[in-house]
Amino acid sequence: MTSQLVQSVDWLTIAPPVLTAAVALAVLVADLFVPPERKRLLGWTAIAGLTAALALLVPLRAGDRSTFCLTPDTRVTACSYTADHFTLVVQLLVLGGALLTALLSLDETRERLPASGKPSPREPLPAGEYWFLLLSSAAGAALLPASRDLATLVVALEVASLPAFALVGLRRGDRRSGEAALKFFLSSVTATAVTLLGASFVYAATGTLHLTEIAQRLDEVPGQLQTLAEAGVALTLVGFAFKTAAVPFHFWVPDTYVGAPLPVAAYLSVVGKAVGFTGLILVAVVAFPSYADVWGPALAVLAALTMTAGNVAALRQSSTRAWSAVRLLAWSSVAQAGYLLVPIAAAAYSSDDQIGATVAYALMYAVVNLGAFAVVVLVARARPRNRIEDYRGLYAASPAAALALAFFLLNLAGLPPGIIGLFAKVTVFSAAVDAGLGWLAVVMALNVVIALYYYLRWTALLFRTPEGAPEEAPGEVPAGARGEAPAAVPEGAGKGSAALHRPSAPVTLAIALTAAAGAVLSGYPQFALRFATTTLF
Amino acid sequence: MIDISESVMQFLLALIVAGPLLGAAAALLPALPGLKGKSPDQAVLRHGVTVTGAILLATLVLAAGFDHDHPSRMQATTDISWIRALDVRIHLGVDGISLPLLVLTALLCFLCALHSYFKPPAGPAPKAFVALLLLLESGTLATFAVLDLVLFFLAFETVLIPMYFLIARWGGEGRRAAATKFVLYTLLGSVVMLLGLLLIGVKSGTFDMVALATDNGRGLTASVQVIAVLAIGIGLAVKTPMWPLHSWLPDAHTAAPTVGSVLLAGVLLKMGTYGFVRIVLPIAPDGMRTFAPYLAAFAVAGIVYGSLACLALARPGAKGDLKRLIAYSSVGHMGFVLLGIASMTPTGVNGALFANVAHGLVTGLLFFLVGAVKDRYGTADLDTLAGATGAALYGRAPRLGALLAFAAVASLGLPGLAGFWGEMLALFGAFDPAEGLSRPAFLAFTAIGAFGTLLTAAYLLIVVRRVCMGGPRPAGEAPIPDVQGYEFAAWTPLVALTVLAGLWPAVLLGLTDPAVQKLLAGGTQ
Repeated sequence: MTSQLVQSVDWLTIAPPVLTAAVALAVLVADLFVPPERKRLLGWTAIAGLTAALALLVPLRAGDRSTFCLTPDTRVTACSYTADHFTLVVQLLVLGGALLTALLSLDETRERLPASGKPSPREPLPAGEYWFLLLSSAAGAALLPASRDLATLVVALEVASLPAFALVGLRRGDRRSGEAALKFFLSSVTATAVTLLGASFVYAATGTLHLTEIAQRLDEVPGQLQTLAEAGVALTLVGFAFKTAAVPFHFWVPDTYVGAPLPVAAYLSVVGKAVGFTGLILVAVVAFPSYADVWGPALAVLAALTMTAGNVAALRQSSTRAWSAVRLLAWSSVAQAGYLLVPIAAAAYSSDDQIGATVAYALMYAVVNLGAFAVVVLVARARPRNRIEDYRGLYAASPAAALALAFFLLNLAGLPPGIIGLFAKVTVFSAAVDAGLGWLAVVMALNVVIALYYYLRWTALLFRTPEGAPEEAPGEVPAGARGEAPAAVPEGAGKGSAALHRPSAPVTLAIALTAAAGAVLSGYPQFALRFATTTLF
Repeated sequence: MIDISESVMQFLLALIVAGPLLGAAAALLPALPGLKGKSPDQAVLRHGVTVTGAILLATLVLAAGFDHDHPSRMQATTDISWIRALDVRIHLGVDGISLPLLVLTALLCFLCALHSYFKPPAGPAPKAFVALLLLLESGTLATFAVLDLVLFFLAFETVLIPMYFLIARWGGEGRRAAATKFVLYTLLGSVVMLLGLLLIGVKSGTFDMVALATDNGRGLTASVQVIAVLAIGIGLAVKTPMWPLHSWLPDAHTAAPTVGSVLLAGVLLKMGTYGFVRIVLPIAPDGMRTFAPYLAAFAVAGIVYGSLACLALARPGAKGDLKRLIAYSSVGHMGFVLLGIASMTPTGVNGALFANVAHGLVTGLLFFLVGAVKDRYGTADLDTLAGATGAALYGRAPRLGALLAFAAVASLGLPGLAGFWGEMLALFGAFDPAEGLSRPAFLAFTAIGAFGTLLTAAYLLIVVRRVCMGGPRPAGEAPIPDVQGYEFAAWTPLVALTVLAGLWPAVLLGLTDPAVQKLLAGGTQ
C-alpha cells in the first residue's frame, strides 16, 4: 500500500525546466564568489544553461512521455506533467525566447566603461540577481505548458510571473522602472487572485485538479453546485485573460514595457505572452470544453476588442515622443495578442483542432518580435530616448540592421517579403473561417490594414534620408527622465543616427539568429505551420 | 511553334517567376568584379536591364514553345508540395489566358528598365529602385503563372511593398500620401479577398485552381459562392479598379515616377481582371451570376465617370494634370474589361482579355509619352503646357507629337489599332449576355458603354488638340528636344504591337478563345 503511493519520476521528461531552475540557483550562488571583473561569466553560464535545456528537448521529441501520474490503484489515470507536442513547442518557444533575451541582456549587466571621461550613462543591472530572476522565470514558463493540473498550473504561472516583476523593477534608483514594476505587480497579482478563486471553485464543484478529469466531471456536476462550477470557470478564464493582456486588462502593458530594461520588455512581450496563452489554452480547451458555448463567444469578442484597441493605440503613437518605439511595439503586442486569441475562440466552434494556429502564430511572432526588439536594443545604444524618429535614415547608417528591422516589421504586418508573417495570418484567418466566425475574420482583416499603416510608416522611415539639420538640442532631453544625464545623447549635429557606436557582438548575434530564423521560416513555412494541422495534445 | 521538351518548359516558367527575385537580391549586393561599369549606379541599372532582358527572352522562348494548337491546356506545369499544413502547392502553369499577360509583363518591365538605364529616376540611389522593380516583376509574373489560390494571394500581395516604395521614394508631389492611399486601399481589398479565397478552400477542401475550375462550382453551395464572390470581387475590384473603388488610382498615377505609372497601368491593374477571369468565373459561376448585373452596372458607371472626369480635366482652365487624366481614362478602359467579364459569354470574356492587353500596351505607351513631355516641360499640367492656344508639339517636336496623337487615337479605339477589338467584343458580349442574365439590363449597359466610347473619343481629341496643335510659339522660346534614341527603343515595341494587335487580332484571340471556352464550360470541353 505505502509503496504504491510513491510516484516514480521520469527525470529526463522534466529535465528542461529543472535544468533551467538548477542553473538559476547555481548562478545566484556563484555570484557571491565571482569577482566583479569576471561577472560576465555568469551571463555566459546562463546562456549555456538555456542552450542545454533547449538541447534536452531533442530526446523528448516523440512527445509521448509524462510523469507525476496518479498511481495505478487510484481509479483514474491522469498525469500532472505531460511532455506532448504542445508542451515541447511551447517549451522551445519559451526557452528560445529566454536565450535570445539573455543575449540581448549581456551588455545591460556589464559595467560600462565610461567613454571619454563621461560618467556611465546608465547603471548596469546587478548581474547575479538578473540572471537568477531571468532563469527562474524561464523555468516557470517552461513548466507551465507541461502542467496538467490546476495546482501545478498556478504554481508554474507564479514562478514565471514573480521574477518578472523584479526584473521590471531591477533598475535601481529609476522612478519609472519602479512605477512600471508596481503597475505590473498589482495587475498581475489581481489576476492570480482571481484565478486562484476560480480554481478553488472548480475544485469544489468537481473534486479534482487534473484538467482532463475536470473536463469529464464538469458534465456531471450536481445541480446545487452548477452555479459554483460556472463561476469557477468564468473566474479562472478571467484570470488568464488578465495575464494575456487582453482588453480590458491591457493598460499596464505600455508603461511596463517602457519602464523595464529593454531586454526585459522583449522577454515580457514574447515569453510573458506565451505563458498567458498556454495557460488559457490548457484551461479553456483541455479543462473546460463543456463550457465552450460560454467562453467561445466571450473569447471571440475579447479577441476583436483586443486587436482593435491595440492597433488604434499603436496608430496614435506620435513618432517624436520619447520611447515611442517601445510604446509602439507594446501596443502592437497587445494587438497581436488579439490575433492569437482568434484560434482559441475558434476552437469552441469547431470540432477540428484550431489551437495549432495559435501555436504557429506564436512561433512566428516570437521570432519576429524578438528580432525587432533586438534592433531596438541596438539603436538604443546610440539613441537612448528611442523615439521612432530616431530610426530615420537607419539604412544609411547601418544597412543590415535597417533591412532586418524592415523584414521583422513587415512580418508583423504580414506582407511579403515577410512570408512567414503572411502565412501565420493566413492560418489564423483560416481557423476563423473554418469555425464560421466570419465577423471576427472581417474585424481582423480591418485590423491588419490598420496595423499595416503604422508598421509601414516605421519601415518607410528607415530608408528615408537622414535629416541634415540637428534634430534636437542636448538640453531638450527632459531632465530626470529615466534618471539619466542628458549627456547620454552621444553625438552632435547631423550624424546622430549614423552613430551606432561599438556594435555589440551578442546583440548582433541575436539579430542574426532571429533574421535567419525568419528567413528560413519564410522559405519553409511548413516548419511552423505543421503545428496548425496536427493534433497537439 | 517550336518543339521544346516539357521539362525545359517547366524550367523556363520557374525561371520566369524566380529569376527576377534572385535578380532583386543580387541588385542589393555589390557588383561582381568585371561588372562594375562606370559607376555603381550605372552598374546596377545595367543589371536591371540584363535581368529583365533575360526574363523577356525566357518568356519569348516559352511563348514559342507553347503548344498553340492546344492553348486551353495548362502547359509547362510544375506541381510540388510547399506547405503541407495549409495544403499549399507550388503549382505553376500557363495557358492561352496567362501567356499574353506574361509576355506583356516581361516586355513592359524590360522597357521600363531600359528607359531607367538611360534616364535614371530622380530620387535616391537607383540600387533600391532596381531591386524593387525586379521584385515587382517577380510578383506580377507569379500572379499570372500560379495555379494555387493561396499562392495567388501571396503573389498578389508581393507587389504592394515594391510599388509603395517606388511611389513614396521616387515619386513627385504628394507622393507619400498617394503611396499610403495606394497600399491601404489595395491591402484592404486583398485581405477581404483572402477571406473569400479561404472560404472556397475550406468549403471545397482544395486550393488548386485547376481542380476548382474543373469542378466549376459544383462542390460549393450557392450561398458560399455568393459570399466568396462578394469578398474576392471586392479585392479584385479595388485592384482593377472598378468605380467607385478607384479613388486611389489617380493619386497614385499622378505621384508615381514614369516607370511606376507604366507598370501600374500596364501590369498591376491586369492582376485584378485576370483574377476575375481565372478565379471568379470558373470557380464560383453561380455567385458570379448573382453579381454580374451589378458588376456590369458599376463597369458602365466607371466608363462614363472616367470619361466625364477626363473631359473635366481636359477643359481649359481646369488645371488638369495629364497623368491624372490618363489615370481616369484607365478607369474607363477597365470598365470595358469588367463589362466584358460581367457578360459571362465567351465573346465578352475574350474581349475583356483583349482589352486588357491592349490597355497595357496603349496606356503604357501613353504614360511613357506623358513622362517624356513632363521631363521636357517640367510639368504635366495641361493648362501650363498648352498656354493660350496649345503646346504645338507637332511643330516643336514633331515625332513626339505624332506618337502622342497615335497613342491617343489607339486609346480611343480607332479600328485598326489595338484598342478597338477589345471594346467592341466586350460590347458585343454585353449585347447578348449569358443565359440567366437579364437581357434588357445588359442592353441598357451596352448602350451606355457605347456612349462612353464617344466621350472617350471627345476627351482624347481635346487632349491632342491642346497638346499637339497650337498657334505659332513666341520667338526666343527654348527648343525642346525631340524623341531620343533610347526613347525610340523603349516605345517602338509598344507601337508595333499596338498596330499588330489591331490588324491581326487573331494572334491574341486564337490563344484566349479556346481557354476561355474551357473555363466557362467548367474544364470539360
